[in-house]
Amino acid sequence: MNKLTQRIDKERLLLGIAAPLLAVVTALVVTTLVILATGKNPGDAFSDMVTYGSASDSQVYILNKATTYYLAGVAVALGFRMNLFNIGVDGQYRLAAFMAAVLGGALTVPGWIAIPLIMLCAMATGALWAAIAGVLKVTRGVSEVISTIMLNSIATAIIAYLLQPGKLGQLDEAGTLVSTKPLPGGSHLFNMDTGPAGILDGFIFFAVIVGIAFWFVLGRTRFGFDLRTVGLSESAASASGVSVKKMVVTSMIVSGAVAGLIGMPTLLNESYQYDNSFPAGIGFTGIAIALLGRNHPVGIALGALLWGFLERTTNHLEFQGYDKEILGVIQGVIVLCVVIAYEVVRRYGLKRQQQRVGAELAAQAVAPMKKQEVA
Amino acid sequence: MRRVAKLSAACAATAALALSATACGSTSSENNDKSSSSSSDGKGVKIGLAFDVGGRGDRSFNDSAARGADKAKSEFGGEIKELTAKTSDTEADREQRLSDLAQAGYNPIIGVGYAYSDSMKKVAAKFPKTSFGIVDSVVDVNNVDSITFTEEQGSYLAGVAAALKTKKDHVGFIGGVDVPLIKKFEAGYVQGVHDTNPKIKVETQYLSHGSDTSGFASPDKGKEAAQGMLDKGADVIYSAAGSSGNGAIEAVSGAKGTWAIGVDSDQYNIPGLAKYKDSILTSMVKNVDVGVYDFIKSVHDGKPLTGVNSYSLAKDGVSLATSGGFIDDIKAKLDAAKQKIVDGGIKVKTTP
Repeated sequence: MNKLTQRIDKERLLLGIAAPLLAVVTALVVTTLVILATGKNPGDAFSDMVTYGSASDSQVYILNKATTYYLAGVAVALGFRMNLFNIGVDGQYRLAAFMAAVLGGALTVPGWIAIPLIMLCAMATGALWAAIAGVLKVTRGVSEVISTIMLNSIATAIIAYLLQPGKLGQLDEAGTLVSTKPLPGGSHLFNMDTGPAGILDGFIFFAVIVGIAFWFVLGRTRFGFDLRTVGLSESAASASGVSVKKMVVTSMIVSGAVAGLIGMPTLLNESYQYDNSFPAGIGFTGIAIALLGRNHPVGIALGALLWGFLERTTNHLEFQGYDKEILGVIQGVIVLCVVIAYEVVRRYGLKRQQQRVGAELAAQAVAPMKKQEVA
Repeated sequence: MRRVAKLSAACAATAALALSATACGSTSSENNDKSSSSSSDGKGVKIGLAFDVGGRGDRSFNDSAARGADKAKSEFGGEIKELTAKTSDTEADREQRLSDLAQAGYNPIIGVGYAYSDSMKKVAAKFPKTSFGIVDSVVDVNNVDSITFTEEQGSYLAGVAAALKTKKDHVGFIGGVDVPLIKKFEAGYVQGVHDTNPKIKVETQYLSHGSDTSGFASPDKGKEAAQGMLDKGADVIYSAAGSSGNGAIEAVSGAKGTWAIGVDSDQYNIPGLAKYKDSILTSMVKNVDVGVYDFIKSVHDGKPLTGVNSYSLAKDGVSLATSGGFIDDIKAKLDAAKQKIVDGGIKVKTTP
C-alpha cells in the first residue's frame, strides 16, 4: 500500500509539470503562427526576446514588475482557493494606494515609523473595501463578482473626487498633472542600486514574505485548512463545523489586505505619489497570473516573472517593428492554453487513477476466488 | 508534497535574493552597442515619438503631434519611430520606451503627453547629448524642450464667440475627463462667456472622472451630454473631449439654430465630420503639430530648443478656426478680445 501511494505522488508530480509545459509549448506554436501570419520571421522575434530579456537591466525590470504582479496574483489566489472570484482587487489596490499616499504625504514622522504606517493603511483600506463585498455576500446573497466590479467603479469615482487641487491633490508646475502630496524623502523604502542595470525595488523582500506567509497560512494553519475545505465543498465544510459565512468575510478581508500591498512597490519605491498615471488594471493581470500559477505560491511567482518577461520583451519587439498587439496575443494564448492544458491533464490523470483503482478492485475480487478454488 | 513545497519556497526566496544582489550579465544597451553601432546613416533626422494612450489614429491629440513629425520628415528626410503607451504602464515602461529610443540613436525624442514628464526627467539626464521634447508638461532638464499651450486663452475666445452667438443666453461646456488640463479649457471658456455677457448661463459637464479616461473616447457619452444640454435650452456647446466631441457635434447638428464648437483640430475640415460641418461654429485649434515641428526643425538646424516654450495666443499656438465663415460677422470683437489677452489687459484663469 505504501509503495502505491508513493507511485501516485510521483505520477501526480509528473502530471503537474506536464500541464504548464504543454501550455507553454502550445502558446509558442500559436504565437509562431501569428507572427508568421503578419509576414515576419518568428525565429528573429524569439531570439530578440531571449537576448533582450536576459540583459541585466531587463532582469531588474522583470523583477520589479513581477513584485507587483506577484502580490496581485496572491491576492486573487486567496479568493480562488475558496471559490471566491475577487474581481475587485483592481479597485482595492488603487483606493489603498491612494489613501496610503495621502497618509504618507501628510506624515512628518521618521521613515521607520512612517513606512509601516503607510503599508498598514494600505492593507486596512484594501481589506475594508473588500469586506464590503464579503458582507454583502453573506448577509444579502449578492454575488461577489457583481459587487466587486461595481466597487471598482466606485473606487475610481472616489479617487477622482478626492484627487482634486484643493481637496487631497495638488497641481504640478505645468498645471497638467494632479497628484497627492509626495512622500517626504525619509519615507522612501530602501532600493538596491545595481549600477547601469537600474534600481531594484526593495519591496521585493516584502513580496517574498507575503509568498511565504501565503504558503504557511494555507498549508499549515487551521484557517488555511478551513479555507481550502470551504473551497472544495461548502456543505462538507459546514457539516464539519466550519462557519462558511465567517470564512467568506475573513478571506475577502485577507484578500483585500494583500491587494492593498499591490500599489506599494510603485508608491514606496518609484513614484512616491499617487496621480492619474498610477498603473491601473493590475488587479485583472493578477487574475491571469493566479490562473497561470494554479494558486500556488511558487506557481504564482513563476507566472509573475513570465508576465514581466513578456512585457519587457514585447515592448522591445514593438521597437523592432513587430506589431505592439503581439503582447496581448501571447498573454491571451498562454492563459487559454494553461486553463485547457490543466483540464486535459486533470482528466487524463483522473482516468489513469480510475483505471488503476478498477484494476486493483478486480484483482481483489479475483483473489478470494482463487483461494476457494484451491480449497 | 510537504517537502517539495518547502524546498521550492526556499529556492524561490534564495533565487530572489541572489538575483537582487547581483543582476548578472551586461545591460541591453551594451548588447546594443555591440550589435548595431552602424545603424545611423547620417541622413535626415531620426525622430522618436512616444505616444500617449491611443497613439496615432486618434484623430485628436496624438494625431496632431504625428502631423508635426510627418511634416518634419517630409521636409528633412529621415525616419520616425513610434511607440505607444498602454493603460497599465508604470514609470518603468515609460522609461524603457524613452531609453530604448535614445539608445538606438533617435534624436530628437518626443514624449506626447504629460504622462511622460517624470520618466523624461530621468532618461533625459542619462542621455545628455540627445534632445528631448515633451508636450503639455514642464521638465526642468537642460536638454528638454517643454512644449506647452495656453488652452485657456483660446478657450476664452471660444467663450466670447459663444456669448455673441447665443440667442437664449444659455451655453454649454463638455469636458472629456475632469483632469487639470481640461479644466483650463473650462476656465477660459466660462470667463470668456461672462466677460462678454455676465447674464449668460453656462452648463458644465464632465464625461468621466480621474483615472477613468473613457470620456475622451466615447462619442455616445458626448452625444447624450450634449442632448441633455440642448433639452435644458443651451444653444452653443463647446466640447473639449477628444473623440467624444464628435458625438456632441452630431447631437447639436440635429437641433436647429444651435452651434457646436470643436477642439484641437479644425473640425470643420475633418472628413469624418463633413455631415455636420454646417453646425460647427468654429474650433479652438491647439497647434501641437506646430510645437512638435518647431522642435524637430530646431534640432535639425543644430540649435535645439530647450526650456519652456509656451505656444500662446500671441504666437498662434492656440487660435480660433474660421473655416465656414460663421464667425466672420463677430471677427472685430474677437480680434479685440485677442488683442487684450496678448497685451495683458485680460488675464485668463487656468482653473475654474
